[in-house]
Amino acid sequence: MRCDVCSTNEATVHLTEIVNDKITKLHLCESCAKEKGEEMEGHFGMSDLLAGLADLGANLEPDAANNVKCPTCRFTYNDFKKVGRLGCGDCYEAFKKQLDPLLKRIHGANRHTGKVPLMAGNTVKENRTLQDIRTRLEKAIMAEEFEEAAKLRDALRELQNKRTSDSNDNK
Amino acid sequence: MTINDLLKQDSEWLRCTGPNADIVMSSRTRLARNIEKMPFSNRANKAQLENTLCQVRDAALSTNFLKNATFFRLNDLSEIDRLFLVERHLMSPEHANNVEYKGLIVDPKEIVSVMINEEDHLRIQVLQSGLNLRESWRIMDEIDTAFSKKLPYAYSSKWGYLTACPTNSGTGLRGSVMLHLPALVFSGQINKILQAIAKLGLNVRGFYGEGTEAAGNMFQVSNQASMGMTEDDIIDSINKIINQTIQREESTRNSLLFKNKEALADRVSRAYGTLKSAHIISSNETITLLSSIRLGVDLGVLKSLDRRIVNELFILTQPAHLQKLEGHALSSSERDVKRADLIREKIR
Repeated sequence: MRCDVCSTNEATVHLTEIVNDKITKLHLCESCAKEKGEEMEGHFGMSDLLAGLADLGANLEPDAANNVKCPTCRFTYNDFKKVGRLGCGDCYEAFKKQLDPLLKRIHGANRHTGKVPLMAGNTVKENRTLQDIRTRLEKAIMAEEFEEAAKLRDALRELQNKRTSDSNDNK
Repeated sequence: MTINDLLKQDSEWLRCTGPNADIVMSSRTRLARNIEKMPFSNRANKAQLENTLCQVRDAALSTNFLKNATFFRLNDLSEIDRLFLVERHLMSPEHANNVEYKGLIVDPKEIVSVMINEEDHLRIQVLQSGLNLRESWRIMDEIDTAFSKKLPYAYSSKWGYLTACPTNSGTGLRGSVMLHLPALVFSGQINKILQAIAKLGLNVRGFYGEGTEAAGNMFQVSNQASMGMTEDDIIDSINKIINQTIQREESTRNSLLFKNKEALADRVSRAYGTLKSAHIISSNETITLLSSIRLGVDLGVLKSLDRRIVNELFILTQPAHLQKLEGHALSSSERDVKRADLIREKIR
């Protein structure tokens, strides 16, 4: 792809601008991007960038959804769009409709697969262990490591059985 | 431990003892954590901020890792002291602004630091010399686990650790490596390499993190995404790309040495000459010249100088360090003179 400004160099920088609700895409080469960058410097920070990203998803949402208040801190999604920061941990659940696609754009994924804190309770940890074993099982099968796969399958069964009996105990 | 005690010791990130210390200055992991049900720092009121400050301080200092650490209330520190802590990479430049209700915990070896009430309630950092990202994460993981026994973290099974900015949520982990890449800069390959690094999902920043310039051919490379991967996978993916970058820098250094030895020696010796004889020198010029002589030391072109001294000068010539050494505030032009004095004395 050629640069939109000089039409000679290969475009390596891709910019999306939103002016009056219209999305404009710009494909620039490095030197033109630098000039463009200098124009924007000073009034283009991380929070503007985030707010811009947030806007892309938010256009699909009715305005009412953006004014829903977080029950814990009374923050709205519109507030987030202004400052680029959320109000508290509960905002994630309150604005999940808008945040889930945003997280996907930022991280390429919108579900956590890493560490679980000690205080997060056993169910979360068990769910995670199950999920971990399933992922490892898939990998083992792909790599044709059948001995490892058999072990993982047994571990998975054991955990699932334990769960069923635990929940029966609780009844 | 007081701030002045820090002045007497080598900062961890400049000790240059770890693997690949000729190219990698330091490795750092950072975790963002928040307290459950408590508004994030930008939304919390004064009482809530004070509450968080005390809660985190007490929890952190009662762990084995930080029982000998020192807690600073940023309000109690002078502006020079705060800048001094930023220059030592113990806290972010943002943390040094609007300092009310903000705290910092520093362990005596300057390996672990905890910023309290920055953008997130906790920003834990573990620094290691050289390429040691895995070890940094190992230490961090233990500290974080110890903290989580005492602090109820804001956490969701879907989105992981919840942070003020969605760019940090998930693992809350940012791994970063500070690279010294003079050969790639001299040979004009650096932009290509940086673009490739960016395409692979990593960020490249300057000397002091977000929004700063790459002074002295030093680049900070870190992961962009923090959700959807395990912590180990994040560390491994950074390591993989860093190792390739190191190989490129190494092979370019070798070809400079064999094919362009005179040009290299000229550059290094001129830098050495200027540093040895200047009477007025800016911080920017210093860092550029120090980068050249560090390359000279690494490649054996400059045999009379110890790498430790070069590293030490990287930090001692920074504005707040100069003023701490002098014991009082200095104007910019006074600093340029003192800086030159200090360098002449150290590399005589």
